[in-house]
Amino acid sequence: MIVQALTTSAAVAIAERRAGRPDAGIRSGRAHTLIERNVLALRTSNTISFLSGFVEPVIFLLAFGYGVGALVGTVSYAGIDASYAAFVAPALLAASAMNGAIFDSTFNVFFKMHFMRVYQAMMSTSLGPLDVALGEIGWAMIRGAAYAVGFLAVMTVAGLATTWWALLLIPAAMLIAFAFASIGMSLTSLMSSFQQLNWLQFVLLPLFLFSGTFFPITAYPEWLQVLVTMTPLWQAVALTRNLAFGVIDLSTLGHVLYFAAIAIVGLYATTRRLDALFLR
Amino acid sequence: MSISAPPSFRVAEYRLRNMWKWRNAIIAFGLGNPVLYLVSIGLGVGTLINANSPDGVEGVPYLVFLAPALLAIAAIQAGQDEVAFPTLSGFIWQRLFVGMRATSLTGGQIADGVLLAAFVRILFTTLTYWLVLWLFGAVDAGSALPLITVSTFAGLCWGGLTLALTARVTDEGGYIALMWRLVIMPMFLFSGTFYPLTNLPIALQWIGWISPLWHATELGRWLSYGAPLPVWQATISIGYLAALGLAGLLLGRRFFEGRLTT
Amino acid sequence: MIRARALTKAYPAKPSGELLAVAGIDLDVAPGESFGILGANGAGKSTTMRMIGATLQRTSGELTILGRDPIHEGPLIRAHLGVVPQQDTLDTDLTVRENLLTYGRYFGLPRSQLRPRIEELLDFTQLQDKRDAKVDSLSGGMKRRLTIARSLINEPSMLLLDEPTTGLDPQARHILWDRLFHLRETGVTLILTTHYMDEAEQLCERLVVMDDGRIVAEGAPAELIRRYSSREVVEVRFGAQRNAEVVPHLQGIGDRLELLPDRILIYTDTGESDLQEIVARGHMPITALVRRASLEDVFLRLTGRSLEDA
Repeated sequence: MIVQALTTSAAVAIAERRAGRPDAGIRSGRAHTLIERNVLALRTSNTISFLSGFVEPVIFLLAFGYGVGALVGTVSYAGIDASYAAFVAPALLAASAMNGAIFDSTFNVFFKMHFMRVYQAMMSTSLGPLDVALGEIGWAMIRGAAYAVGFLAVMTVAGLATTWWALLLIPAAMLIAFAFASIGMSLTSLMSSFQQLNWLQFVLLPLFLFSGTFFPITAYPEWLQVLVTMTPLWQAVALTRNLAFGVIDLSTLGHVLYFAAIAIVGLYATTRRLDALFLR
Repeated sequence: MSISAPPSFRVAEYRLRNMWKWRNAIIAFGLGNPVLYLVSIGLGVGTLINANSPDGVEGVPYLVFLAPALLAIAAIQAGQDEVAFPTLSGFIWQRLFVGMRATSLTGGQIADGVLLAAFVRILFTTLTYWLVLWLFGAVDAGSALPLITVSTFAGLCWGGLTLALTARVTDEGGYIALMWRLVIMPMFLFSGTFYPLTNLPIALQWIGWISPLWHATELGRWLSYGAPLPVWQATISIGYLAALGLAGLLLGRRFFEGRLTT
Repeated sequence: MIRARALTKAYPAKPSGELLAVAGIDLDVAPGESFGILGANGAGKSTTMRMIGATLQRTSGELTILGRDPIHEGPLIRAHLGVVPQQDTLDTDLTVRENLLTYGRYFGLPRSQLRPRIEELLDFTQLQDKRDAKVDSLSGGMKRRLTIARSLINEPSMLLLDEPTTGLDPQARHILWDRLFHLRETGVTLILTTHYMDEAEQLCERLVVMDDGRIVAEGAPAELIRRYSSREVVEVRFGAQRNAEVVPHLQGIGDRLELLPDRILIYTDTGESDLQEIVARGHMPITALVRRASLEDVFLRLTGRSLEDA
């Protein structure tokens, strides 16, 4: 039978089980099916672009950690004298989590939204906007985590991961990636052309270069330091660097809460926006 | 009889008009990018370096050491952008080259025109960027002509190479991003730009030797603050850049014509 | 299956005010029916379809799909539906088979259930040969068939087809019609919009004609033709310049006469003898044709516009 007219199909039975829940209109609990879709897509397309994300932080580590590191000598951080490579490595991990998540949640999401119309197709099934938001942002998080695992392996081989706390860099990278992706996707859902997305790069590069990634922010005047500590990549760098150096205190919790807050706001905004775009 | 401009000028004129529409983005990205690196790495990391080695790098402050490299990067980036994007657009996105080829223009002339327009953009970039460097005290006034010339030359040669590479791309999916991640970025980072090439393990130094950016940077340092450079090495560097650019242009012309006639 | 009363959809429009895409329509569709919405571009067909598909909220009026309100039970309603949108929304990162698999997964269906279902649908839409091909390599007709296969993955009780054959060549259209005809016979409720008259006549038991957001007529195709047109139509052309000059001389022939830019239409029950009469009055047309009246004539009568130029 091609069509099962007027009897309850399996899809309807599944949807009925969820009906009546308070979030039934926006969520079906099947965000993981988007991740399955992205894994399939990775196998069929997009493979090289995914893999090249592993390379970026490694070449920066080689160039800055060793090339520039020979000029810099040691850097003092939190009372510890460290090699320049050990100083930049955790920052590069944070930056690659940011870059991977932002790339996925902006360019890739924009393409899927406006050219492939993937979300339009998803929204005509029983998926809800929160499923789509969670699925895509969750995927960006997985991607960020994959890069973090790869980079942590490189750090370990290079002798730059010296404390067991460094293992926490992986969940930290996931949290950072999730938060950046949720902001990235909510911004993307507001944009109408690729050109607008390009301007986002103009925000990312200053973040990358001035968030204490390559030199301590004590180089700035007092007021500027205060300003920089509020920006997301500084928060990410502070979190990862503290973990890598084994400096765990209340500020660690502060960074975690900062990203949790961003993630929730971004998720909420994305869901609202997807609902407005595809279901209203 | 009137003297008419070569046909490739028409292509270049169209490209320049198009650039004019994007002038804000060109200025923001073309200059913003290297200026941000200048402040962050040149001044920020430079403070760390100068504190560690009071004699500076190769006997000059870090910013002075870095400046010629940043200028060459800006030129090469301009060459990359202004050749890769229009070529992809002309063949794939808007397919304007197909229309141009249907007029009296040949593929070779279209290739020439794209590179010519890129040359104007590269020259503009190096001129303004040199000015920024001068304002930061990273270069002497006297270095203007030689530094701008050599950087523009390097950018143009890279543009020629890009012409040949991009002309063969049929599936643009991620080409620009991949070029950036796997070619441009490694070149920026491993060409002795931010540190002397000899700081790298010998296994990685070859990247510098084949990198047009390293050759341009070595020439630039010699012209800017008199970094030692044997005459034979300078000759090789200039010859190497010219050979790459010329080969790229000649191949690019053939690829353009081939792609537009089959 | 569907019940709509005074259904409207308004979009904010520049510089001020709003645009009424759907301006108060009533609809009733029974289970198993194949129902068509006919109209020119911009008549409000797609907007109506999206409201029925629970992916667009109405501005006012009543709408129930399968007895449920789409505003409150969107996901549940969509689980019942199969949707074939006007523009392809196939996943171009995936192969044909993967498209069906992921779409089924979006409904929460387990892989074990989907595997045989996908084979069935690939057979039904004659896409077995292409199962591992990427979507980009398919022809337009194949893409539409894949979209139909995809819309059937959840065993829908109602299928929504928005302009299913627009942009296809005649052969691909016929293959598609054949598949849709099969579906109709299985008892699924079919709702389709179209601006092709032949499509509506082939596939719809009952249809509404929409114009400017309103329903201007409703009935079975044959019934509509009977009500709004004569049995036969005589089409004569005297050349673009002369058509208007000839019209006054043709008074009294047929029931009604319509002057179009390129031809004159005469509605009548006696086509052949009317054509002889025209010639007898000394007006020799460049071309002449006597044909049965079609939905095209109904549409022209109701909206004053030909579908071709609309």
